[in-house]
Amino acid sequence: MTTETKANDAMSQEAVLQFKDLDVKFKTEFGRVHAVKGLTLDVRPGEVVALVGESGSGKSVTATTALGLLPGNASILGETIVANQSIGKLNGKQMRNVRGNHVAMVFQEPMTALNPVIRVGEQLTEAMEVHGVAFGKEAWARAVDLLKAVGIPNAERRAKQYPHELSGGMRQRVVIAMALSCDPAVIIADEPTTALDVTVQADILDLLRSLKDKLNTGILLITHNMGVVADMADRVAVMFKGEIVEQGTSEEVLLHPQHPYTKRLLDAVPHLGVGHGQFGEAVNPVTSTEKALEVENFVVEYKRTGKKPFRAVDDVTFDCRRGEIVGLVGESGSGKSTIGRALLGLIPVASGQAKVLGSDLTKVKGRELKELRSRIGVIFQDPAASLNPRLPVGDVIAEPLVVHNRGNAESRRQRVYELLDAVRLPRSAYNRYPHELSGGQRQRVSIARALTLSPDLLVADEPTSALDVSVQASVLEMFTELQKEFGFACLFISHDLAVIDSLAHRVVVLQYGKVVEKGTREDVLLSAQEEYTQRLLAAAPVPDPIEQARRRAERHALLESLGDRVAEIDTRELDQ
Amino acid sequence: MTDNKTPETAHGESYSVEDVLDQTTDKSFSQGQLVLRRFLRHKAAMTALVVLVLVILLAFTSIGVGPIPGWWDKDYLQFYVGTNPNPNGAPTLQLWPFSIGEHPFGQDTIGKDYFALVMRGAQVSLFIAFTVGIVATLLGTTIGSIAGYFRGITESLLMRTTDLFIIIPLLILAAVFGRTFGANVPLMALMIGLVSWTGLARLVRAEVLSLREREFVSAARAIGTPSTTIIRRHILPNALGTIIVNATLGISGAILVETAISFLGFGVRAPDTSLGLLIQTYQNALTTRPWLFWWPGIFILTIALCVNFIGDGLRDAFDPRQTVE
Repeated sequence: MTTETKANDAMSQEAVLQFKDLDVKFKTEFGRVHAVKGLTLDVRPGEVVALVGESGSGKSVTATTALGLLPGNASILGETIVANQSIGKLNGKQMRNVRGNHVAMVFQEPMTALNPVIRVGEQLTEAMEVHGVAFGKEAWARAVDLLKAVGIPNAERRAKQYPHELSGGMRQRVVIAMALSCDPAVIIADEPTTALDVTVQADILDLLRSLKDKLNTGILLITHNMGVVADMADRVAVMFKGEIVEQGTSEEVLLHPQHPYTKRLLDAVPHLGVGHGQFGEAVNPVTSTEKALEVENFVVEYKRTGKKPFRAVDDVTFDCRRGEIVGLVGESGSGKSTIGRALLGLIPVASGQAKVLGSDLTKVKGRELKELRSRIGVIFQDPAASLNPRLPVGDVIAEPLVVHNRGNAESRRQRVYELLDAVRLPRSAYNRYPHELSGGQRQRVSIARALTLSPDLLVADEPTSALDVSVQASVLEMFTELQKEFGFACLFISHDLAVIDSLAHRVVVLQYGKVVEKGTREDVLLSAQEEYTQRLLAAAPVPDPIEQARRRAERHALLESLGDRVAEIDTRELDQ
Repeated sequence: MTDNKTPETAHGESYSVEDVLDQTTDKSFSQGQLVLRRFLRHKAAMTALVVLVLVILLAFTSIGVGPIPGWWDKDYLQFYVGTNPNPNGAPTLQLWPFSIGEHPFGQDTIGKDYFALVMRGAQVSLFIAFTVGIVATLLGTTIGSIAGYFRGITESLLMRTTDLFIIIPLLILAAVFGRTFGANVPLMALMIGLVSWTGLARLVRAEVLSLREREFVSAARAIGTPSTTIIRRHILPNALGTIIVNATLGISGAILVETAISFLGFGVRAPDTSLGLLIQTYQNALTTRPWLFWWPGIFILTIALCVNFIGDGLRDAFDPRQTVE
């Protein structure tokens, strides 16, 4: 059954979740915020409707109204209908009956969605006991069945464990099992895979897809990732500033977008396999043979009390020439960020050496180390966390000059103005505080700070992961231009292969702290030799539903050839 | 099924989620200004602040400080005989029709002007309270931030020292030192301050422990910023909420500690006086001359309550999750 006929089938059935002319306003310290402006949307059984938009578009607020969980300062007009009941008209008891029973939620971050001090099994039984589905031993047995159904091996043992003993993907499976525990008609999945690695994301998406096929559950999928939309959605609604600007089937919206915002959004998505020049100009080819960074037999260990130290980075060797961008790729726990932090001197190095422009970072001390640090710039992932909230932008950018005693107040001010121009922020940003800026603007500030001393080497740790896709595109464009202008060598750490593809010269793939594969961008990303790299490449979704369906089939074939199962709900476990 | 409604946004056709920085105005709110805004809107705290300022002004301008004379013509050391028309030296303060009279708060058993005495008592109590507040805050912040930032052996040493100070019972210490230094108000204030920094040190350490893991601290370290600068410039400003709130609570605590010490007779000695000493001296006069007990009591209550309300308002103001009612 193709997605199109499936969607048509769904049309004929009655909607399980309806938003009718929904309008939400928040009262805040600085006046009213109009979060959702007259939104109308239906979700039918067995259908995945994707609500797409960037931060601040009101997509999460919309979904939250279905559970009646908006804070007290929200004023809601219009109707949200779940299972023929209007949410706004329900009292507390009726509302609790609807939550879990008729509509359930899968949250973004499974670690915070699960209570860390309660066993996984008990968290599952809680919902069943509250709604009178099952009690005591029966509920426990059902909880174990649910865990088996979502594909958790050793379910009996896992049910007795605490959330921290499970991996990220398994935790998200537990959250999905919780959502399923009372057999709801509709599941709201709020960025269900954003916190997960790509390979795990692909598994979780496979699992969610099997829910709609086998259990006929309606799913409202909230996401900003166009690849996830292409992989999952029957219908897509694009939100911008509280309004749906475009909706239709995923083929219509993703392949033939009508609205300028949708077009803009799709243009901003980096495509794996397209290579350099996706955003603005392509980076210059590397001409120099001088090494800006040489990492040899690098080992970083974390001390653990009572156990032998944990080897986060194990015998890693790679180098980076002047003016070259080297992409460091891997999933969480691969040690890619640890390498970055160790190069910055934030974590001690156990053995091996890291030569920055000839001098060994692991050996130098005191004044020499400080001097060496002035030649390394750094950009962190979350611009909100990496800027001191108490310092105005001008002071943030000038700080390296102050620390290394360069220039006087006037020359520093001039330098800050130059850098603000370079990262395309107005000079009036000088006196602004980080909280007054948007995410993209903040990341521009931290890029400006990294470039203050014109470093020879830049360590960029997931610099665009916390940004919206259109903001990411403009930051990447700016980054490419700055790299051409300043000519710095860059260690670009990212989990996003498409981003790496758009600007790196060479790629190093890491797994469990070891180098799996390294080589030029073309070699690694277009004709990967290692199984792990192939899995990574196969799991990354592309924003084209037809192409994605083909890639999905290829991935399933790859998994089968490697002897793995495709994640799906096991309905036999639920019928028992 | 496409719906091409054009959103009515200020950015028109650009459809950018990146907000354009408002360049028409250079006005920007620092975090401190935001906190101030929220504090100024906190009615209870603002009222308390006004009352506290009035009490401080009253205490210090009325009888003056040291050699500087105040506007009140009587002295807290002099005896006044035959000046009070009321029996037993009862207060001459009348609310309706309003008149202060010769001795608004009355006179004590030996004819001293009780208004002057209470004012002197309030001066001493406020002095002790703020000295303790400042000493304890400086000590607690320094020790807490050093322990939290450097971790390891430094932390162990400092925190075990803190534990040592925590187990010293303040009242017994006061009893021992009070015998020797009781008459010396600044010394006593210093002593109370030297033993009451422990709570703040622990709180600041906990706050610093979480702040030192934040990325902006990593960023500063990666630049090569020295540790002292990181603590001073990046960590402490972000722990300011905790520090200020606890300083205010420490101040009101100190007033009560001084009262307790003086009440037990280990604190300020006659002829100088404090609010606690006044209560202790006249605790038996409650039935015969009740005003001798009530006036200092009201002042202690007012000062302690005001400081607590201000602390409460500051805590609300520093909490970013604060919403406006």
